[in-house]
Amino acid sequence: MSILVIAEHDNAEINGATLSTVAAAQAIGGDVVVLVAGEGCGAAAEAAGKIAGVSKVLQADNAAYGHQLAENLAELVAEIGKDYGHILAAATTTGKNFMPRVAALLDVAQISEIISVESEDTFKRPIYAGNVIATVQSSDAIKVLTVRATAFDGVAAEGGSAAVEAVDIAKDAGQSEFVKEEIAKSDRPDLTAAGVVISGGRGMQNGDNFEMLYKVADKLGAAVGASRAAVDAGFVPNDMQVGQTGKIVAPDLYIAVGISGAIQHLAGMKDSKVIVAINKDEDAPIFQVADYGLVADLFDAVPELDAAL
Amino acid sequence: MKVLVAVKRVVDYNVKVRPKSDGSGPDLNNVKMSINPFCEIAVEEAVRLKEKGVVTEIVAVSLGEKSSQEQIRTALALGADRGILVETDAELQPLAIAKLLKAVVDKEQPQLVILGKQAIDGDNNQTGQMLAALAGMGQGTFASEVVVEGESVSVTREIDGGLQTVKLGLPAVVTTDLRLNEPRYASLPNIMKAKKKPLDTLTPDELGVDVAPRVKTLKVEPPAERKAGIKVESVAELVEKLKNEAKVIS
Repeated sequence: MSILVIAEHDNAEINGATLSTVAAAQAIGGDVVVLVAGEGCGAAAEAAGKIAGVSKVLQADNAAYGHQLAENLAELVAEIGKDYGHILAAATTTGKNFMPRVAALLDVAQISEIISVESEDTFKRPIYAGNVIATVQSSDAIKVLTVRATAFDGVAAEGGSAAVEAVDIAKDAGQSEFVKEEIAKSDRPDLTAAGVVISGGRGMQNGDNFEMLYKVADKLGAAVGASRAAVDAGFVPNDMQVGQTGKIVAPDLYIAVGISGAIQHLAGMKDSKVIVAINKDEDAPIFQVADYGLVADLFDAVPELDAAL
Repeated sequence: MKVLVAVKRVVDYNVKVRPKSDGSGPDLNNVKMSINPFCEIAVEEAVRLKEKGVVTEIVAVSLGEKSSQEQIRTALALGADRGILVETDAELQPLAIAKLLKAVVDKEQPQLVILGKQAIDGDNNQTGQMLAALAGMGQGTFASEVVVEGESVSVTREIDGGLQTVKLGLPAVVTTDLRLNEPRYASLPNIMKAKKKPLDTLTPDELGVDVAPRVKTLKVEPPAERKAGIKVESVAELVEKLKNEAKVIS
C-alpha cells in the first residue's frame, strides 16, 4: 500500500522536517505520495515533486487550507488518507495539531513521535521524557504516525521528478478561523535544523544577557535556544524552548549555558552529538550528560568564549 | 457557562522513570503520583474564568483506576465544583480516552472543554485533538491565552515559529501550554471543602464505549546512555577540545 506524507510548508517552500518524514516513510517501504495542502501553494507542490524518492504529489489548493487550520486540514487528510496504509507528518506543532484529529476521524490510533521504524506496523517512540523507549505495534488498518525529525536523516530535497496532481476537495469545517500570527524573525538558523545550538537557562538572569549568547551564536552560525525556566521567567519567547514539551533538537554541538539540566530539558537535547555545559554549580545534573563540562561563572566564561572564537 | 476539565493521574514530574529489568514496561513501583502538570494548568484556567464571571460551573473529569479520585479531589480543592470519575482498570489509550470524554461531553453539554496538551507519562499529545474531532468542535491547542467573547473563544497558541491566534465557535476544545497561567496552591480549608464536593463514578460500559487498545507495547528499554564526559579547566581548553578532539568547530 502507498504511504501518504503530509508536507509542512509555507505555501512557497517545504520545511526540512518533511524531508525526515519522507525518510521515515521510505523506511516503512512503499510508494511515497506527498500531500501539499495550502492556499496558493503551487511553488511548494513543485518543490515537493523534486524531493528524492517521492512518487507523486497531491496539491490541494484552497483558502480553507491557507493557515493549516486543523479542523479543515484533518477532514481533507482523512478523506484522502482512507485509501492509504500509512499517513505520516512531522511532529512539529503543525503536525501535532491536526494529525490526532485525522486519526480520530478514521477511528484509528495515532503513534506519536516515532524515532525508528522496526517494520510496517512496529515503531519505537520515547515515553516518560525520553527515559524509556517503547517498541509499539499497531493493530489498525491505517497507521497514523508523527515523526520526530531529529531521529531520521532527511532525504535529498532535489533529485526527484514526481508529477503534481491537483486535488479538488474543499473542506471547510466552519469551526475555526485564523486571526493572526506573530512569527519571530531571525537571521539565525532554525533551532530544530541548526548544526550548533547555544541555549541559556535561568542562570542568564534576564533577557538582555542573552545578547552574549547571540554574539557567540553568530560566530558559530548557531541557533539560540532556552530552557523552560528562562522562557517562563520571560527572558525569551516560547519558540526558543528546548525540552520534553518544547522543541527537540539534536545538533552536532549543543552548548548549555546556565542550565541546570532538569529531566524535561535533557529530553529535548540529549541526542545532540557533542554537549558542552557551562555552569557554576559543579553538581548540576547537566554535567552528567555533557561531553565537556566547564565549572565557571557564565558571565566570565561566555565573553571569554566569544573572544576565543 | 459550564466548563469541563480533564485531569490525569501521572508519575510526578520530578521522578526519573526507568524501564523494568525484564523490559515489560516502565517501573512504577512506589513512585509518587500527581496530577499531570498541564492538567493543573487547565484547572487553573477554568477557575480563573469562573472568577472573571465567564464560567458558572467547573466539572473535573478523570479516567482510570479508582486512585484517580485523588487527582479529581486536587482539582476540586483548586476550585472545580464537582467531579466525575470514569472508572476502569483497563489500559486506556488516547483514542479510547477521547471517546469516553466525548460521551461525558454528550451528557454534560459543556461550552468549553479544557485539557492539558500532553500527559508527561505517554507524551502522546493527542487526546484534546481527538476529542474535538469526535465532538465536531474547533480546537485551540497549546494555548498561552484564552479569551471568551460571547459565542466564541480566541485562543493564542504556542507554535514552532512563535504565536498564532485562532477564533473558535463554542463549544470548543482548548489544550494548555506552559505559559497559559501559573497554577495556585490549594489552601488547607479548600482541601477540606473539596472532600465534601460531589464526585460521581461512571464506567466505560455505562457510557457505551469500547476501550480496547489499538496499540500494543512489545517491550521497553532504556535510551542509549551517553558516555561520561570530562571537565575542562578553562575556556581555552574547551575551545581547543572542540576544535581538535570533537572537531565540531573550526
